[in-house]
Amino acid sequence: MKTEHFSEAKPHLLHVLSDIQQRNRYIAHEDILNVAEQLKLPIAQVQSVVDFYAFFHRTPRGEFDLMFSNCTSCGDVSLMQTMCKLLGVEIGKTRDDGLVSIRDTSCIGLCDQGPALLVNGHAMTRLDNQRLEAMAAMITQHLPLNDWPSVWFTVEENVCKRGLLLNESFAAGDGIRAALNRGADDTLEQIISSGLRGRGGAGFSTGLKWKFCRKAEGDAHYIICNADEGEPGTFKDRMLLSQHAGAVIEGMTIAGYVTGAQMGFIYLRGEYRYLETALKQTLNQHRTEGLLGIGILGQQGFDFDIEIIMGAGAYICGEESSLIESLEEKSGIPRIRPPFPVVSGYLGQPTVVNNVETLLSAAYITAKGEAWFSEHGTKSSAGSKLLSVSGDCLRPGIYEYDFGISMQHILDDCGASDVQAIQVGGPSGTLISPEEFEQVLGFEALATGGSFMIYHQSRDLLAVVQNFAHFFAHENCGFCTPCRVGTSVLRNAIDKIVSGHGTAYDVDEILRLAKLVKKRSHCGLGQTAPNPILDFLEKFPQLLTDRLLNQDFEPGFDLDASLAEARKLTNRDDAGAHL
Amino acid sequence: MNTEKTRSSPKTICIDGKDIPFTKGQTIMDAALAAGLYIPHLCHKPGLSPHGSCKLCTVDLDGRSVSACIMPANEGMDIQNDTPELQEVRKTITQLLFVEGNHICPSCEKAGDCSLQAMGYQLGMLDGHFPQFYPRRDVDASHESVILDRDRCIMCALCVRASREVDGKNVFALGGRGLESQLIVNSPSGKLGDSDLAADDLAANICPVGAILIKGHGYEVPIGKRTFDTRSITETDLGEVSLKKTEHHDV
Repeated sequence: MKTEHFSEAKPHLLHVLSDIQQRNRYIAHEDILNVAEQLKLPIAQVQSVVDFYAFFHRTPRGEFDLMFSNCTSCGDVSLMQTMCKLLGVEIGKTRDDGLVSIRDTSCIGLCDQGPALLVNGHAMTRLDNQRLEAMAAMITQHLPLNDWPSVWFTVEENVCKRGLLLNESFAAGDGIRAALNRGADDTLEQIISSGLRGRGGAGFSTGLKWKFCRKAEGDAHYIICNADEGEPGTFKDRMLLSQHAGAVIEGMTIAGYVTGAQMGFIYLRGEYRYLETALKQTLNQHRTEGLLGIGILGQQGFDFDIEIIMGAGAYICGEESSLIESLEEKSGIPRIRPPFPVVSGYLGQPTVVNNVETLLSAAYITAKGEAWFSEHGTKSSAGSKLLSVSGDCLRPGIYEYDFGISMQHILDDCGASDVQAIQVGGPSGTLISPEEFEQVLGFEALATGGSFMIYHQSRDLLAVVQNFAHFFAHENCGFCTPCRVGTSVLRNAIDKIVSGHGTAYDVDEILRLAKLVKKRSHCGLGQTAPNPILDFLEKFPQLLTDRLLNQDFEPGFDLDASLAEARKLTNRDDAGAHL
Repeated sequence: MNTEKTRSSPKTICIDGKDIPFTKGQTIMDAALAAGLYIPHLCHKPGLSPHGSCKLCTVDLDGRSVSACIMPANEGMDIQNDTPELQEVRKTITQLLFVEGNHICPSCEKAGDCSLQAMGYQLGMLDGHFPQFYPRRDVDASHESVILDRDRCIMCALCVRASREVDGKNVFALGGRGLESQLIVNSPSGKLGDSDLAADDLAANICPVGAILIKGHGYEVPIGKRTFDTRSITETDLGEVSLKKTEHHDV
């Protein structure tokens, strides 16, 4: 088919590297040369991609490669340490016999059923010490994953509250048929007048985005579904892609119809590999039913098809221009804007990048009408929002509300009490204190891509902020100075306070640098990375002051700790080897 | 298009209260440099495509910050550039660049000819301020006439662009992620000696710091008589509006 971009003959770089990583447990220098030759790409491009994505390794990982989530909702680092002890392995290093390797990874989107990990890419949920002991025994016996209890790999979809979208039924073809009946112009008008705004968090008008793309000239137009759901605490797209993939695909197809695009991509985060097979089946079913392919539903000239491209562990690829770079087989470095993707996106052509939930909403609006949608929500935020509720509550899961619902209402629904704080919108969003729990959900009030992480009074909130500081220092792309260096300086400064060495001077320094990183960074990652720190300083100052030394200054340099390497080299640990 | 009208009233942007003319397609940086107005920058070089990564050229526009080297000039823009706040921000960014690498100014051959060092002087930087990172980075001495010392690299990608856009080669790239980013060489062994870099390529001579140095030359001009000992980076950069190789004093 003419729209095919990647195929067996010309596979996508990330897929080729992923195959090698899975087969050989690492990507050797020879592999880089071979892949460059095979795909006719510069060697440096292949190497930079290998080194950019967290799921690719230059030295062998274990036969069993365990990645524990370090998210505050679906992670438990103490379990990782337990597992390291059980198997006699150091974090990050492969055991000498090559059997096992263990390390942590950013949120894997299982926050409603954590603690969780990925073993050789397969998700395991609801971990506890007993489970770890059983796993350790099986690993020691080299028991293949296929022979492990399948219940360990169960990923549940905990839909706790259905609203506008999830209460509706949607039969395959409903959206596309309605679009064809109405024509492309009216379908676009309908999306615009529905008031639908991007569900990824930024909230740009979906209809206007489609309109700009449609108007932009190019050899081809593209529709991209951003399924790189990487914001810690978010997992609603995981549910949508496993239970409502058809409507999401239809949303893409309608976007193609409106903009004249013939090709679409679902960019699926590598952590969601287990969704890929079912997604492909749904795509095939759509092709069989004439909902994808040449002449969709018999309409001559309406050609559209979709390919799935899998990411490989990079939060930054959720940023739309980084995603496009990744799709173009490069490192996920955000582009210079303008031009915006609607004018110059994938391969320099007009491109729409929409969130999973946005595309699903567009399909429903097309099928059911704009009034059905816009009579819900608030004036500036039409419709409903899916929330991924996690953390300290009785019923974590997916909750759908009309915009305008208060934070307290959500807390009551999910069974959260004595709440100290909520991180709304994930680490890049807003940390709110109980005084703000009457605030409402909406682009004009509290915006969120869906993450809703709850922290009980008993939680060490500074540790949460520290976790987020580490997250951004790990996930930033390295392109611009303020974010590349600043996020690490901030991380180290927070670490210093947590370790009991912080003073008021350090707090002033953190504040000054956090503001600089927020204002001067290149893209949304850097511009939001300091949010948890700034919110914490503003809203919970006492929690920080309590942890400070009562003196003007304490050096960040710990002389005794710095001698550790010398002690190791000289095999000494006696009193004389310490200060 | 009404050329008469364009000629009679050229389009302008306003930088620090001064009207600066610009033509379509120019960035804020292009217009400023052409008018003899200095906006600090390290990763930018007229003649190469802009990169926008060092963020030294951050300026304020309607309360938000933009990078002058990548933001297209638009009629009526009111831009703040030389303000105490912005100079403080730029000093901090320069300090960040210093502490993330291993800069050895007193013994570096590039001292006095180094843009990073000159930027530090220009902005009144007296120390690195932040704790040093002391990264471990590789030195590549495999090339017969060029040495690559990544300790001093500031990821400006001038060499990357010079090689692709001027030399017609593709010798360098930025690889890795975050703080692990590093300059890599596009050759089978990953070594410079295995690449097609030639000593007189622009890419071998454009490094603003001491990361890429020509072998066989060293300390021929005494400290005190080097580029930035006699001129500030403002004067140097304004004199360098068109692309040319970094001057070698011994030539």
